[in-house]
Amino acid sequence: MKLKLALTGLAIATLAPLASAAEPVRIGIATEAYPPFSTPDASGSYTGWEVDIIHAICAEAKLDCTIVATAWDGIIPSLTAEKIDVIAASLSINEERLQVIDFSNKYYQTGASVAVAKGSDITPTPSGVAGKTIGVQSGSIHQAYALKHFPDATLREYQTQDEANQDLFAGRIDGALADVLILEEFLKSEEGMLCCEDAGLVAADQDIHGLGIGFGLRKGSDDLKAQLNAAIDVIRANGTYDEITAGYFNFNIFGE
Amino acid sequence: MATAYRDMSASELLSLTPPGWGGVLLDGLIVSLQVALLGYLIGLCIGLVGATLKRSGGPVIRDLMSVYTTLVRAIPELVLILLAYFAMPELVNALLTAAGQPRIEINGFVAGVLVIGFVQGAYATEVLRGAMASVPVGHIEAAQSFGMHPWRIFHRITLPELLPSALPGLSNLWLIATKDTALLAVVGFTELTLAARQAAGATKHHFLFLMAAGALYLIVTLLSAQLFRVLENRANRGARHV
Amino acid sequence: MSDRMFLKDLLKPHRIAMAAVAGGLTLLLAINMDWSWMPKYTPDILRALWITMALLAGSIVIGFLLAVPIGLVQVTGPRPLSLLAKTFCTLIRGTPILLQMWVLYYGLGSLFPYLPGLRGSWIWPFLIESWPYALVALTLSFAGYEGEVMRGAFKGVPRGELEAARAMGMHPLTILRRIWLPRAVQRVLPTLGGELILQLKATPLVATIAVVDIYAVFGRIRQETFITYEPLLMLALIYLLLAGSITFAMRLLEMKLSASR
Repeated sequence: MKLKLALTGLAIATLAPLASAAEPVRIGIATEAYPPFSTPDASGSYTGWEVDIIHAICAEAKLDCTIVATAWDGIIPSLTAEKIDVIAASLSINEERLQVIDFSNKYYQTGASVAVAKGSDITPTPSGVAGKTIGVQSGSIHQAYALKHFPDATLREYQTQDEANQDLFAGRIDGALADVLILEEFLKSEEGMLCCEDAGLVAADQDIHGLGIGFGLRKGSDDLKAQLNAAIDVIRANGTYDEITAGYFNFNIFGE
Repeated sequence: MATAYRDMSASELLSLTPPGWGGVLLDGLIVSLQVALLGYLIGLCIGLVGATLKRSGGPVIRDLMSVYTTLVRAIPELVLILLAYFAMPELVNALLTAAGQPRIEINGFVAGVLVIGFVQGAYATEVLRGAMASVPVGHIEAAQSFGMHPWRIFHRITLPELLPSALPGLSNLWLIATKDTALLAVVGFTELTLAARQAAGATKHHFLFLMAAGALYLIVTLLSAQLFRVLENRANRGARHV
Repeated sequence: MSDRMFLKDLLKPHRIAMAAVAGGLTLLLAINMDWSWMPKYTPDILRALWITMALLAGSIVIGFLLAVPIGLVQVTGPRPLSLLAKTFCTLIRGTPILLQMWVLYYGLGSLFPYLPGLRGSWIWPFLIESWPYALVALTLSFAGYEGEVMRGAFKGVPRGELEAARAMGMHPLTILRRIWLPRAVQRVLPTLGGELILQLKATPLVATIAVVDIYAVFGRIRQETFITYEPLLMLALIYLLLAGSITFAMRLLEMKLSASR
């Protein structure tokens, strides 16, 4: 007991220069279900790949993290309004967002694809979706992509990806454009298996799809950024990252 | 691991212990009621002050109160909630920093209570102003001539006399408060409506959970209406004796 | 005459001072804040404004037409119909409209795949759009609230007037059309403006079921520009103007009706 106290004291003493280590770091995740990255369960807590990763990173960086559920629609304003300190909500690193907030290094990277009803003739190309109704999440990079590349499709915007999936299942939209991992998870669900299939990846556009997915940070929180980046490198190197990933995906989702 | 929600019966899904989502709904209901009750009380306080000011304040204050009630009655609660959610914390903290005080944390609960209170205050001002006008000035003047303390006059004369005409309006306001808490779902605050939505999304039993939440709201409404009816009968009985 | 009094009221010294302060504040906001996003989004805003107004007008007109029988049967009976109307009003007024909208949109939608015949039917093109759900939810809500108001109004028409008409041998439908309904509508007119504004304030909820109304457009603007306050303030201003025009229109209507009497 005494030894433990002494050790804790030592740990605090060594960490003292890093002021942010002392106070809790508020990790903002989206309230809405985004399986398999983050889903709320009946006990009110969140589970998923991203939640596991953030816990591993906080443990590695010895940060006292608290998870704060925030509406996706207001997650960047919440960060700038200092209601949260870090965004861990599968936020893509892109030019537009970099003008407002800062990002850690990427912690995963995927492509975007279009899910469609079974037997549909839609292909994930501008001409393939012409005249069709495509669902996207409002404010996501996929909406930006569709606006730029799918001018002949009718877009329907949803507050959450789950609602778009729900309407694809109901048959209200012809396709949903989203992160391929998210759509795979939906297609694996009972509803997804019943109704829909993957029409394939869309052609990448670096300007929109960006440089992978990183933790969103307020500009100027350089200490925190350095801690997160170091922790990402450590868990990638020591196998923690792969161990967590293996529980959800059967391939490498870091990219490259 | 994913739970096989599809094969569960309605009673299993609504069970109070996980994997049933009934507990989440009830927690949501309690949060909704807490926000509604605190917001309602704040609204009543604002309403009392507002109504008094509107009746006896100077012209500038009277007009400012009109601006407040007009703005609140014209702008959707949803927009006010967004403003309260994003603008208010920054504003409060900017003021605190300017005053040399430490920053404070305004979470979803506090923001929700404040915005419901702010909206309720505007409506309560109108309800109470109307009710105050129904209290005969003579009664108050008589009390004043006896040298009664203003607080005592309010407590013994004004309040019992305005309650009968104010209660229907106040009952209506309480029902609005309970239903307005649902709007907090839009900013991601887990009250009853969002809890139902999350349960629906996770289990894919959309109808069941949304209807269950509707039933809970309805029970609250019906019980509250009954309670206010009892209160109204009491207040009116007192009035007849006077 | 009332216009001139209104103007005189407005020109009181303290009001001029307050207007000046408000004007100054507005000017300060206009200059200091970032409004550069406005031109780019103006077409979107106008299109969405039209959708908000169409939903508002549609739901009010249909809702009011529904509210008349809902209010009437609660006064006249027959009992089963009266009970039905009463239950409807209680359900609508006892639950949040947001929840009603979600039940209609997501609740019904989740059943579609299990109704195989639906896709070929004439109603399917409407079911896959989102605006019909918004219109139905808003209409039912207005019918529920206004039905309750109409019940009170029908009940409040002095019995003597109706009895007099009956004594003169008027047909019950004629009485309803010529006396009862006009007198009831006259009674609800002063509160109608308030009800319309409440209805306006319910319209932004349609954004949660994928209808791009004025609220949804500003949500997207906030998302894409990362500007928080300016779009919210502009949105609040637009709703203020809409509410103001409703109040103004109602006052005109009331003046016209009282002048024609």
